[in-house]
Amino acid sequence: MATDVFDVERERQLEHRRHRWGRITLYSLAIGAAVAAAFPFLFATLTAFKQSSDLYVKDNNPFWFNDPPTFEHVHFLLFNTNFLTFVRNTVVVGLAVVIVTLALALPMAYALARLGMRWGERLGIGIFLVYLVPPTLLFIPMSRVIANLNLQESLWSLILVYPTITIPISSWLLMGFFKGIPRDIEEQAMVDGYSRIGAVRRTVLPLMFPGIVAVVVFAFTLSAHEFIYALAFNKGSAVKTIAVGVPTELVRGDVFFWQSLQAAGLLVAVPVALLFNLFLDKFVTGFTMGAVKG
Amino acid sequence: MTTSVLKRQKRYLFENERFLAPLLMSPAILYIIALVGFPLVLAIIYAFTDITVGDSSLDFVGFETFRRVFDDPVFWRSLRNTFFFAVVANSLVVIFATVLANVLVADFKGKWIIRFLVLLPWTTPVSLATITWLWTLDSLFSPLDWILRNLGLIEQNSYYLGKANLAMSSVIAVHTWRIVPLAAVIVMAGMAAIPNEIKDAADIDGARFWRKLFQIDIPLLAPIIAVAVLFGIILTVTDISVVFVLTRGGPTHATQVLPTWAFFKGIEGGALGQGAAIALFLFPVLVAITAVVLRLARRREIL
Repeated sequence: MATDVFDVERERQLEHRRHRWGRITLYSLAIGAAVAAAFPFLFATLTAFKQSSDLYVKDNNPFWFNDPPTFEHVHFLLFNTNFLTFVRNTVVVGLAVVIVTLALALPMAYALARLGMRWGERLGIGIFLVYLVPPTLLFIPMSRVIANLNLQESLWSLILVYPTITIPISSWLLMGFFKGIPRDIEEQAMVDGYSRIGAVRRTVLPLMFPGIVAVVVFAFTLSAHEFIYALAFNKGSAVKTIAVGVPTELVRGDVFFWQSLQAAGLLVAVPVALLFNLFLDKFVTGFTMGAVKG
Repeated sequence: MTTSVLKRQKRYLFENERFLAPLLMSPAILYIIALVGFPLVLAIIYAFTDITVGDSSLDFVGFETFRRVFDDPVFWRSLRNTFFFAVVANSLVVIFATVLANVLVADFKGKWIIRFLVLLPWTTPVSLATITWLWTLDSLFSPLDWILRNLGLIEQNSYYLGKANLAMSSVIAVHTWRIVPLAAVIVMAGMAAIPNEIKDAADIDGARFWRKLFQIDIPLLAPIIAVAVLFGIILTVTDISVVFVLTRGGPTHATQVLPTWAFFKGIEGGALGQGAAIALFLFPVLVAITAVVLRLARRREIL
């Protein structure tokens, strides 16, 4: 009897110790991963506020402000470079792309989720596969198409072409969200005398709202990320987006405006990452629901 | 009278699934055909012509354009690099992403800030994320060199982007770094799909971490890890910005890949036909990947 109690006690201690080691491992892995992922950004944050007299001394501790921090280079970025033009262009293109994407992907996704059972599923996979045809394969003929349409050196070229990237993936996500809403809801509304479109507008779309917002964020970030089309179509700084403008314009010859460059990276990275984190769970649900049989 | 009949007919059409489905799908499908299908065909046509920016007439020259592309050793270097970078980076991605996904599903304090920091490499536009690396790997002021110098491990700076092997490793590291978060998120989604009964049964049977990892998690996660790798390969093979921003293909083409070489030849060099031919070599890779995706889809594991 006594040995039994002793065994239980020892087992519990062992369990306790295992648990503690498990927590320590977990935290060190989590912190290690965070540092590895964020290191260049953390270093960029330090760099952005350094004086040149501090930054460009090889033996100065790079992780310390040897001279007092300064806003000079952030100021330079905002008021002496085209950074704000790039930001405006990115936002304009992003919003226009979001509108085109929703206008085309919402009906597509609804049809894939609810109508034409037989081939809807195959078409769904087909649409998903279009996502796998990369801009890298298409940018050369596309640059001729854009030139022939007389759209080079304008934001319209990007507004026209980016939906080819956003529509497939958005249709897939939206299809998942539609599938997540029980069919009965709109069918009931149709029994109550609404047309299908009326029923969808009044019952399904309001329920879809969080999913639609997630798709808006996703499509917007995809268009803000895009690099190769923007690089190939537009050479003038007035029509560049941040993804292309910052790496090509803030480097003049061999002169790097390092502090301003890093500040530019951070000013974009942090808000986008915050936005993305808010909707991460929604994206994951959308992808997995899209894979569920209708 | 006739208007009401028409109205009813119109309404009937909208209720009819046979009519409604194509109506709803056709705008998106036409858009994709016009702006993905057409340029894709054009890319293939260009590869068999001598089209340049200056002379945009389509004169068919058979395989002449390909012959010219093949004659340049840089093309073969680019082809090799493209595969090499993708394979090495994604092997690393599998390991790190599985570990990271296991960490991120656990509950712990301060998880949101860890998640925010971990996702930064993926959520930041690639070209801007690469700029932070450009500075971190600077030839004179790299903080990594400073640490190594102060630990007494090196005397001179490493010139990460100036030496062929180091530059290749740097490109692979940046690719791995930016794809791991996405892959981890995909794996996490797969983990959520493992039924709790299996985990509970394993707990009751007294299985410990490693046993659970090798006998439950990894076998059940294999299909979803495959999906993460497919995405990873596509992202590495087709990406232009990492190499473009970090090394511009240098030193002396040591890090040149197909997309950058196609860009330098086709857009900067103006030889559209050659650029298109180079980019076309991505196609077999993508077809192979597509075949794998479809196979997985048919097995009803994920799609």
